Amino acid sequence: MVFLGGQVLPGNVGRAILGPFADQRAVDALNHSLGVDRPLLVQYGSWIWNFLHGDMGTSYVFRAPVAPFVVDALGNSMKLALIAFVLVVPIGILGGVVAALNLNRPLDRIISLGGLSVTVLPEFVTGIILILIFGVWLRWLPIAAAWPKGAGFLTQIYYLILPSLPLFLVLFGYIARMARSGMIEALDSDYTRTAVLKGLTWRTVIWRHVLRNALLPTITVIATQTGYLIGGLVVIETLFRYQGIGSLIFTAARGKDFPMLEAGILTIGIVYAVATLAADFLYSVLNPRIRLGAEQ
Amino acid sequence: MTERNALELKDLSVAYRVAGRNRAVLRNVNLTIKTGEAYGLVGESGCGKSTVALSVVRYLPRNGSITGGSIALDGKDVMKLDSEALRRARADSVSMVYQDPGKALNPSLRIDRQLTEIFELAGITGQAASDKAIAMLNRVRISDPASVMQRYPHQLSGGMQQRVAIAMALANDPSMLILDEPTTGLDATVEAEVLDLIEQLRRELSASILFISHNLAVVSNMCDRVGVLYAGMLVEEGSTKDVFNDPRHPYTVALLRCLPRGGQRKDQGRLDTIPGFLPGIGVAIKGCAFADRCALADDRCRTELPPLYDLGGRLSRCFHHHKAQALPRATPSDVAPAPKPAGAPVLRVAGLNKTYGNPGHPLRAVKDVSLDLRPGETLGLVGESGSGKTTFARLLLGLVPPDDGGTIELEGRALAPRLENRSDDQIKAMQIVFQNPDSALNRSHSIRHLIGRALKRLAGLSGKALEARLNDLVRSVRLTERHLAVKPRQLSGGLKQRVAIARAFAGDPRIVVCDEPTSALDVSVQAAILNLLADLQSKEDVSYIFISHDLGVVRYLSDKIAVLYLGRIMEFGPSEPVFSGPHHPYTEALLSAVPELDRSKSSRIRLDGETPSAANPPTGCVFHTRCPRKIGAICETLEPELSESEPGHTIRCHIPYIELMELQSLKSEARESSLQRRRVERSTA
Repeated sequence: MVFLGGQVLPGNVGRAILGPFADQRAVDALNHSLGVDRPLLVQYGSWIWNFLHGDMGTSYVFRAPVAPFVVDALGNSMKLALIAFVLVVPIGILGGVVAALNLNRPLDRIISLGGLSVTVLPEFVTGIILILIFGVWLRWLPIAAAWPKGAGFLTQIYYLILPSLPLFLVLFGYIARMARSGMIEALDSDYTRTAVLKGLTWRTVIWRHVLRNALLPTITVIATQTGYLIGGLVVIETLFRYQGIGSLIFTAARGKDFPMLEAGILTIGIVYAVATLAADFLYSVLNPRIRLGAEQ
Repeated sequence: MTERNALELKDLSVAYRVAGRNRAVLRNVNLTIKTGEAYGLVGESGCGKSTVALSVVRYLPRNGSITGGSIALDGKDVMKLDSEALRRARADSVSMVYQDPGKALNPSLRIDRQLTEIFELAGITGQAASDKAIAMLNRVRISDPASVMQRYPHQLSGGMQQRVAIAMALANDPSMLILDEPTTGLDATVEAEVLDLIEQLRRELSASILFISHNLAVVSNMCDRVGVLYAGMLVEEGSTKDVFNDPRHPYTVALLRCLPRGGQRKDQGRLDTIPGFLPGIGVAIKGCAFADRCALADDRCRTELPPLYDLGGRLSRCFHHHKAQALPRATPSDVAPAPKPAGAPVLRVAGLNKTYGNPGHPLRAVKDVSLDLRPGETLGLVGESGSGKTTFARLLLGLVPPDDGGTIELEGRALAPRLENRSDDQIKAMQIVFQNPDSALNRSHSIRHLIGRALKRLAGLSGKALEARLNDLVRSVRLTERHLAVKPRQLSGGLKQRVAIARAFAGDPRIVVCDEPTSALDVSVQAAILNLLADLQSKEDVSYIFISHDLGVVRYLSDKIAVLYLGRIMEFGPSEPVFSGPHHPYTEALLSAVPELDRSKSSRIRLDGETPSAANPPTGCVFHTRCPRKIGAICETLEPELSESEPGHTIRCHIPYIELMELQSLKSEARESSLQRRRVERSTA
């Protein structure tokens, strides 16, 4: 899909690289040497073949293999995603659980409404607001995510906190809402009633009987959002001038650097697939119905 | 009062808050259960039965609240307990078992954990708790407790799950056990098992029981005393025998009349019904709540709330309690004489098989089924779940194709195995009514649209003709003009089922498959639907294939019965001989599992173990693993043929018919008539 889109869209690779004033013959020669004048299917075949062998192609713009760029960017994106993830998953679940336990009371309203409001705000809006508050006004955090060369682990985290906050806000609403509805369903269930009527303490009921069943669907949501966390950060990475895979793709798309673009998007696709697979796996481990279903 | 009551409700009123208003669900309910007593609470859905139970354990839904009165459990006022004391009360003295055990157990914890945690509350941990849990499972007659402990709920059958739930309820040795529809939704044989278990446990334990059920027969077999709830009010109370044999409130009288009893059949008269509807929750009731539906009601009933009259050890909330049984019928009992089923069979099925699964592990859902059905006849399909009833119906309808070789003939012409290869005429000739009208009707269309579209599609009508037929059809299922404009959700379950029936009849079908059409309905509504089906049949000469787990209902409506077990027909024949016997040992067991109102307690035939898997059926006779009348090795090695015992009545059993007759020690008159039939048959032969 990406491959086709990149190829079919108007625009001439050689022209884009050499500029509007370059000689047509030079453009043709360049196109030929890049292989972009070959039939589409042939190009596609060789691209897939090479990709499977670990060769992601050569960047048109940088005249260098794509792979190191993609790997670097992916690493950077994962750092950012990890920080956002570590922040948002526990807090989001906690928020949802607390909301459900205080159903229809003020605390629930605040969490639900607040979560929903920040979720619907696009991340560039929250990003800019956060930059203004923490970076410009309070001056607590650096406004650019790129840390100085050779910075230590903690410094890197320090630089990444501000960019991860908008992500946190976007995801908090989703996760809290899922956790909340899962909790409400589990709290209303017959097995919770059974547990309460056994005379178990409220804590045991929640920890042993409710939480595990309540959070199963939330896990799926979190996993699908993992893909977004790594792949969907174009805006954030651009805003905070961070060299992640999102901004890599963005730059590649602008420069008609198809090998880079294609490799980047395919990588994100793989990340999505792996994340979803991991979620399904986790889900089946936690859910005995699926784990042991085959035996019956 | 020296004796302490296990449970005492005084003027209990409960309300649910709906749309900002408190709506009364229970109105001043007074009820006392003595220590060691089993008390039954009956009434139709919406009468507040479960609300009573949930109030006692203080587990009302979020919008429910106790608006008045008191609940004393073991002499302690439940309403005054703080949360810790309430928890202790739940842990120590009261337990509850409810419908749908599959949901009542935590799906992600092993049985082990769910049982031992109860003992841990009492300070027993580790191995000691496990031992106690195993002892508890033994107590509820689970044969392999150690392995059950290691399983998750979904790995157990419904009957096993309910046993585990009962084990959990009894683990704390409660003084009060609340059973809220504990057997609803279970197969008849499983229901019988669970009821037997409760019966036995009652003798072993000291617990008092509050038994809630819509099934009057179950309550009559289980309880010492019974209370009848109507619209949140206790309308009658007394000993089980008195209330069911000599009811003193018109509602009880009417409820009892709705049930097909004592082998009543459709040609012997209509079932009685209860006109009108239960008052909605929270409406202000002036006078007697039942007055609107009661033919005995007079002006006084409509203006003045009748007190609970004490009639010597029993109570009735009716001014006319002395003549309650003179309640006129709401539905005349006379029926148009049913046309004698005659002529060529409308349906003929021969050698029908259906195998699911991959070649290595065939699952024979339906095996070698042959039968025929005449116009105007009803074929009742009975058997436990997993016996192939529904698969058979789906094969007929062409929803799943049968294996090669079998034939289905409709009015003498072969039917294509798949629905899409059948002609329009064939499709409209065979229609279905489902169990749950909620999911069968598209909720976004009006009733007019739903029936109209069926008329358009099936009968090919339009314009004036459609309009005329629509009105006709609507009248024949006893809906009125005003029902046409509304959406399904605005109708009650019974009315929705009428719409589903009208839809099925839109194309003048020859055969209608009714798959548990009344299982989700209350008895009074069920009676009305059964009457409707019987009326439509005598008018339209349509044939039914009627699937139900309720044998009383099947018997009422059916002319022929096919008893299925693991996809095989075990017995097939005219309704009366199949029910009165002699019959196949499986039929015998099914029949004895049915709780009946009129039966003096006789010993049930218990079926041991569970239905074997159809993927791995037993060798020889598939029923031999559970058969109480197994005769020997031949049952394990050779599958018996269906052999004709009387003309048209076939039984798949190695035991000769004459011996079955003796074994089943029939009532003398039934045996007499049966012998006579045979004598006649011999002399004519």
